[in-house]
Amino acid sequence: MAEAPKQAPAAAGRAATKKELPEHFKAYKHVWVVVECEHGVVHPVSFELLGEGRKLADKRGAELAGVVMGNDRAAIAAAAAAAFEYGADLVYTIADPALAHYRNEAFTKGLTDLVNTYKPEILLLGATTLGRDLAGSVATTLLTGLTADCTELAIDEEGSLAATRPTFGGSLLCTIMTLNYRPQMATVRPRVLAMPERQPGRSGRIVEHPLDLAEDDIVTKVLRFVADRDSNQAQLAYADIVVAGGLGLRSAENFQLVKSLAEVLGAEYGGSRPLVQKGWIAADRQIGQTGKTIRPKLYIAAGISGAIQHRVGVEGADMIVAINTDPNAQIFDFAHVGIVADAIKLLPALTEAFRKHLSVNRLAG
Amino acid sequence: MHIVVCMKQVPDSAQIRVHPVTNTIMRQGVPTIINPYDLFALEEAMRLRDRFGGEVTVLTMGPPMAEDSLRKALTFGADRAVLLTDRFFAGSDTLATSYALAGALAKIGEEFGKPSIVFTGKQTIDGDTAQVGPGIAKRLRLNQLTYVARIAELDLAAEEITVERRAEGGVQVLSTRLPVLVTMLEGTNEMRRGTLEDAFRAARTQVVTWSAADAGITDLTKCGLRGSPTIVKKVFAPSARAEKAHQIPTADLSFEALAEAVMGEIFARQPAIEGDLMRFSSGQ
Ligand SMILES: Cc1cc2nc3c(=O)[nH]c(=O)nc-3n(C[C@H](O)[C@H](O)[C@H](O)COP(=O)(O)OP(=O)(O)OC[C@H]3O[C@@H](n4cnc5c(N)ncnc54)[C@H](O)[C@@H]3O)c2cc1C
Repeated sequence: MAEAPKQAPAAAGRAATKKELPEHFKAYKHVWVVVECEHGVVHPVSFELLGEGRKLADKRGAELAGVVMGNDRAAIAAAAAAAFEYGADLVYTIADPALAHYRNEAFTKGLTDLVNTYKPEILLLGATTLGRDLAGSVATTLLTGLTADCTELAIDEEGSLAATRPTFGGSLLCTIMTLNYRPQMATVRPRVLAMPERQPGRSGRIVEHPLDLAEDDIVTKVLRFVADRDSNQAQLAYADIVVAGGLGLRSAENFQLVKSLAEVLGAEYGGSRPLVQKGWIAADRQIGQTGKTIRPKLYIAAGISGAIQHRVGVEGADMIVAINTDPNAQIFDFAHVGIVADAIKLLPALTEAFRKHLSVNRLAG
Repeated sequence: MHIVVCMKQVPDSAQIRVHPVTNTIMRQGVPTIINPYDLFALEEAMRLRDRFGGEVTVLTMGPPMAEDSLRKALTFGADRAVLLTDRFFAGSDTLATSYALAGALAKIGEEFGKPSIVFTGKQTIDGDTAQVGPGIAKRLRLNQLTYVARIAELDLAAEEITVERRAEGGVQVLSTRLPVLVTMLEGTNEMRRGTLEDAFRAARTQVVTWSAADAGITDLTKCGLRGSPTIVKKVFAPSARAEKAHQIPTADLSFEALAEAVMGEIFARQPAIEGDLMRFSSGQ
């Protein structure tokens, strides 16, 4: 039998390993955001990151740069222009046919070369399928630290990036730092950060960089891209109003009550994780830590207990209205408006009330 | 064909409790399970083996008790199990973990045949980073295929693989050359129930147990805490919201009247919503 591994030292023990930053890393300055631009559209998470990146850059007295990689020059220019309006001072661009669609090899080469050439101190990516695929290989290539799915980014007293994320199944938060390596890398999920104000007309510098990679040298080929027909993937995360149900609804049939209310409100619908496990709703309708993070103006939660893993996905909502039969349900600890009532009865009444109100006022108006 | 599946033994996080006073994790008696996402990788690996022939090796890095998860994988039908365990690996972050696993994979290649496919789950339920798979791919120069929903084609003679990969807003159909690293998406298959034969075979099978030295991992500065660029500065409980929900009184109200009250409260707090709704409903 092998010897039992010793317990990992306590959190404080790890932090104590801080050393003077190695000389060759001292040249690393500025905050970068990878601007995800697939099929000609910028993923909104990139703007959210630019908003946060702006704050971090200001605190560090540094510049904020966007990184745009692609093939279509018009799309790259448009993405760069948008990045400036969301706060970037400069944008690094790489235009190359090999970057027409996301592929790990080409994008890893492009981003790694940029980092090695222009040396950012902080590098942020969206925790999308693209961002996570890319961040993992870039961090390994650069042998630096990467913190996934952060819920909060800050600069500590010593000027390092403090990246906070859920841990242990979401029951706790931890703050993670990369003290002795650069860049400090982090990913953030869509909708976790607020969308910054767009500043029309704001502009900046563009720095073009070559990819230096021949298509023949790339082993992986994109044969096709099949767009989702029902693109609720993005819509749920970005909806203004979301109605969701939980196990309190008791059956798949009753979940229809959630959909009906959502329909009247022009809202998206979703649910807690157990509903996905029971097959009442599709996996991309799950809200919470391991599902979608939402930031609607109005979130109506019916028959959801408000477990921490659900809570972290909805806390960004402007107003949370919770319906639960249990006056002590956890959801009332963070909802703004609570109703202790049977959701199975209240939901149809709400649907009817909104329907009536909207039709009456429409006639009047 | 040789396929290796990297798995992790994780605490059953549904059962983790946080001490209300000290905010520390109460690990005592928390059962461990195979990271649920890894089961999709294991099942996919076994399906390929059943179709094309060959062997499936499961690999895990962890404390000695992680052998339980490997034994479980053998009863599902894996052919061989390798446990990488050494105190030098304690405290590894994802970069150090991918270094150790890449070392063990290289050794597995020497001892049992070079793998054509290395599988991992999409992510773990305790770390949730999805970084170890890409890390292994980069270190071993395997072509990287993450978030794979389906393996569409495998041509062993031509050493080519075609997969459907979940991307933002759609599915990418990618083809590449072996060897590859595949991270398998959840819900893509259903784990088989191992046969009685598998159970007997599992009981007879020795789990191959390697220390860092056994696996040929000599640069210990890249392992464990020392090899981890990230540092956990602090762990804390999420703060509660200052105030509790404003409760709408329900006594003696009919559901119709209650619904009116709820709607009134929503409009009173967020007047803009009423305007948005009017626009939406007249636009229909
Ligand atoms: C690692 C991990 C990740 C997770 N990720 C997520 C995630 O992303 N999203 C998520 O949602 N969960 C997630 N969970 C699960 C989470 O911990 C909870 O188990 C889950 O959110 C509970 O779902 P629920 O509120 O629907 O069910 P329950 O907790 O069973 O709550 C049902 C509620 O309905 C109420 N109720 C009953 N009848 C009625 C009625 N007639 N009218 C109104 N109310 C009624 C009850 O009082 C109760 O509060 C995760 C768990 C783990 C361990």
